[in-house]
Amino acid sequence: MSSLQLVNPRVRGIRGSPHSGLQSLAARITQEITQGAQKPFKGVIDVSSGDPHKAGVKPISFVRQVLAVCLHPQLLKNKTLPLDVRMRAQRLLEVCDGGSVGSYTASSGMPHVKQSIAEFITRRDAGVPSHAEDIFISAGSQRALMVVVKLLASGEGETRTGVLTPRPCPHTLPPLLDEAGVTLVPYQLMEDRGWAVDLDELHRALKTARGRCEPRAIYISNPGNPTGHVQDGKSIEEVIRFAAAERLLLLVDEVYQDSVYGQEKEFISYKRVLFEMDKEYSETVQLVSFHSISSACMGECGLRAGYMEQVNMDPEVTHFVDTMLCTDISTPVTGQLALDLMVNPPKPGDPSYDTYTQESLLTLATLSQNAQRVQEFLNDLPGMSCQPAMGGIYLYPCLHLPSEIIEKAKKLEVEADVLYCQMLLEEEGVFLGAGCQYDGTTGNHHLRLSILVPPDTLEEVLDHLGSFHLRFVRDKLPRPDGGVKDRDMGENLRPFSTAGTFPMN
Amino acid sequence: MKQLVLARRASQIKVELTQRVRKPYKEVIDVSWGDPHKAGVKPLSFVRQVIAACLYPQLLNSDRLPVDVRQRAQSLLKGCDGGSVGSYTATRGISEIVHRVSEFITRRDGGAPSYPENIFISPGSQWALRNILNVLVNSEASHRTGVLTPMPCYSVSLMSIRGLGAVTVPYNLREEQGWELQVEELHRALESAKGVCDPVALYVINPGNPAGYVQSRKSIQEVIQFVSEKRLFLLADEVYQDCVHGENSEFVSYKRVLAEMGPPLSDTVELASFHSASKGFLGECGLRGGYVELVNLDPAVKKYIYKLFSTDACAPVLGQFALDLMMKPPQPGDPSYPLYSVETQHIRTALVHNVKRVLEVVNNLPGFCCQPVKGAFVFPRLHLPPKAIQKAKEMGMQPDAFYCIRLLEEASVIVSPGCDYGQKEGTHHIRFHIMTPEDTMEEVLRRLSSFHTQFMKDFS
Repeated sequence: MSSLQLVNPRVRGIRGSPHSGLQSLAARITQEITQGAQKPFKGVIDVSSGDPHKAGVKPISFVRQVLAVCLHPQLLKNKTLPLDVRMRAQRLLEVCDGGSVGSYTASSGMPHVKQSIAEFITRRDAGVPSHAEDIFISAGSQRALMVVVKLLASGEGETRTGVLTPRPCPHTLPPLLDEAGVTLVPYQLMEDRGWAVDLDELHRALKTARGRCEPRAIYISNPGNPTGHVQDGKSIEEVIRFAAAERLLLLVDEVYQDSVYGQEKEFISYKRVLFEMDKEYSETVQLVSFHSISSACMGECGLRAGYMEQVNMDPEVTHFVDTMLCTDISTPVTGQLALDLMVNPPKPGDPSYDTYTQESLLTLATLSQNAQRVQEFLNDLPGMSCQPAMGGIYLYPCLHLPSEIIEKAKKLEVEADVLYCQMLLEEEGVFLGAGCQYDGTTGNHHLRLSILVPPDTLEEVLDHLGSFHLRFVRDKLPRPDGGVKDRDMGENLRPFSTAGTFPMN
Repeated sequence: MKQLVLARRASQIKVELTQRVRKPYKEVIDVSWGDPHKAGVKPLSFVRQVIAACLYPQLLNSDRLPVDVRQRAQSLLKGCDGGSVGSYTATRGISEIVHRVSEFITRRDGGAPSYPENIFISPGSQWALRNILNVLVNSEASHRTGVLTPMPCYSVSLMSIRGLGAVTVPYNLREEQGWELQVEELHRALESAKGVCDPVALYVINPGNPAGYVQSRKSIQEVIQFVSEKRLFLLADEVYQDCVHGENSEFVSYKRVLAEMGPPLSDTVELASFHSASKGFLGECGLRGGYVELVNLDPAVKKYIYKLFSTDACAPVLGQFALDLMMKPPQPGDPSYPLYSVETQHIRTALVHNVKRVLEVVNNLPGFCCQPVKGAFVFPRLHLPPKAIQKAKEMGMQPDAFYCIRLLEEASVIVSPGCDYGQKEGTHHIRFHIMTPEDTMEEVLRRLSSFHTQFMKDFS
């Protein structure tokens, strides 16, 4: 294959993401600093993606202790580790073949862990039953989503499968849909209502889609990624009725279910709402929900594990899901065990309970505190506004940029918010996500900012962001080096287009 | 999927055993996977100590762990954002580890240079293989893409190829010649693809799976000449390279041979070679760490491969660590070296012993014979009596699958049937792993012998 024409057209068609361009810029700057380059900042602070540990949040002690013992069972004799840690590790090792985390497991996950997950879901949903055979473990929730979407994918042109997708959505979603060979059908979330889902908008999106493709599923994240919106029971029910009436498979990303901090807000799962509706819905609506250990409280992105629960799915389809997961061989065992620990944490009375509770509450408190702080701060900045978030780990403020800047960006062939993020990175060493990757090109500009960071890191971010933003939106301001110049709109920066470049890290 | 039937029955039996249902044997021995730990091989202490310390760095504060373990853990954690194994890493893997892999490859291949930018770390080799295939296979062309695959072949790779919409074009390995890969057979296979599909790649497994052969240098050269001539992409699955044993057998990598053949071949043949921490002495299948090295690829094509890798965030950090420890194990003089040396020697000795015993036992049983084995699996041939074949047909099963189910039910031993891998029409085989503790293999052979003898009697 020495010629580009031979590369699989489907792969060539996967859209690029400006995020990777910004990522490599951040990596380059970090490298320059380690090589001794002088910058107006000490290092890059990355709050663009949902990686709490990277930002300095500490892992949950119980999880790490149990996993360490499972890796190195000699530690079972180590009395400095709490008794419940050692007992749990022992129990988990018993269900690993050969008593080792190094063995392959069943492709859809270890039966013991699937059972724990089913029990967790049943408890969470006030008794609505969940069964281990409907649970499929995968190396991250996106992996599971890919399997389901690939099974849905069919047709070409007008008959090509379409998936309704919120705008904004996680930046990894559009390339995933491209790779699977389905058409993305965007539905706009309502910013002025805290990014709520609007039924009329769903209908509109569906209507425009028909004739261009065959919509077969609707994807939604709750709590919203990146919006932080948390749906109430009524909203969820509306979406379910819509999906039922239009015969769409519901793909529900509930990865941030453990991070609802808004007052008087509560996470309710789609499954629970579904089962509280009439039999004509609860027994027929097809739903797949996703969760993972990359969640707020665990933050274990690097361990790579998640699961999906399938509701009302045809057993034939389930069989194919299993088959497809076989070619992934299996999810890392340590990730699967971490899933077990997530859904089955220490209980009151257990030696590790207090520490565990403290650590989880700290995460929620940090999120809540940070959310409020950031929102207030940003709303005070001219040309910036931020909807209140109720859950999840991001804020998604809106940039109201002067037209001059938008023009300059057009000339450089980048989206204005990407340019903003680029310059913020170069001048202040703060890495935020750019909104266009979530919105397509609706003319709105947004930033994505992870708020699951230690509060002092957040203050630093706000400090840098504030001073940059004020410089950015006003003309002729002093530059950090003391000189006074016209806004040098990044002409000496290497812009990268939204078609995306794939730099080699 | 036929494999699932056996796997499900095996799970059922395991459950029944825990429920104290009476069975001929108290425990099930599973040698059907390429999974040493499942079969009872112990993990390497150094590897587990380092990874445990990385998970729970408080362990670094005491003296209980050897100094070199603590140093290595600290050095690995430095490469992690936030000092945590829970952070995402760069798409191709943690940079220091990627460098370590390229240094290992260069050493292994007698100095033939390996470049970090051609290496992608992945959750196991199969994942990397699928990403490469995804770029090669045109899922939208009217003519289907073909990939030449060995017969017999590791079944998951076949599934991956077909799952992407490509056609597998089998080339037969010569059982009578120790499963030799003969280049005439490659020509025949390619010819047979005419009008059926558009072959773009050749997939080889060396050392072999399911048959435990190791290719000679000459054979590798022939394959390289063939792919160059026919302009095929070469996919070399070399995950069992650390399991080679026996006289006159030495693993030499495709990359090394290619480099030694010099230009123009060494500059033009496109090659992807795969390795993983799941096999060999580490046997860490469950940690999911592997890599692919790309040779002579167009940078524009590499960009697409990078794109595919980046849609999965990154390989599990612990899997990346396992790779690192595999690439750079304890050296003489290090505190952990003596134990590491003893443990790996033990595994090696068991492997050599097991092969010898398997060949002795199997070749002495009627209706059973086995080619010499240099790798991690044995793939003996069953000459089943017609009555057994008939019975299998009645039950809607392949004869060797039927044999395996009976072996499971009556002897609580799990092996996999040849039909899962493809085999010459009318022949039957079973595959089992020989990287097990010595006494486990003795037990397997004991049960297999008595089962086989009875089976042949029952169906005579």
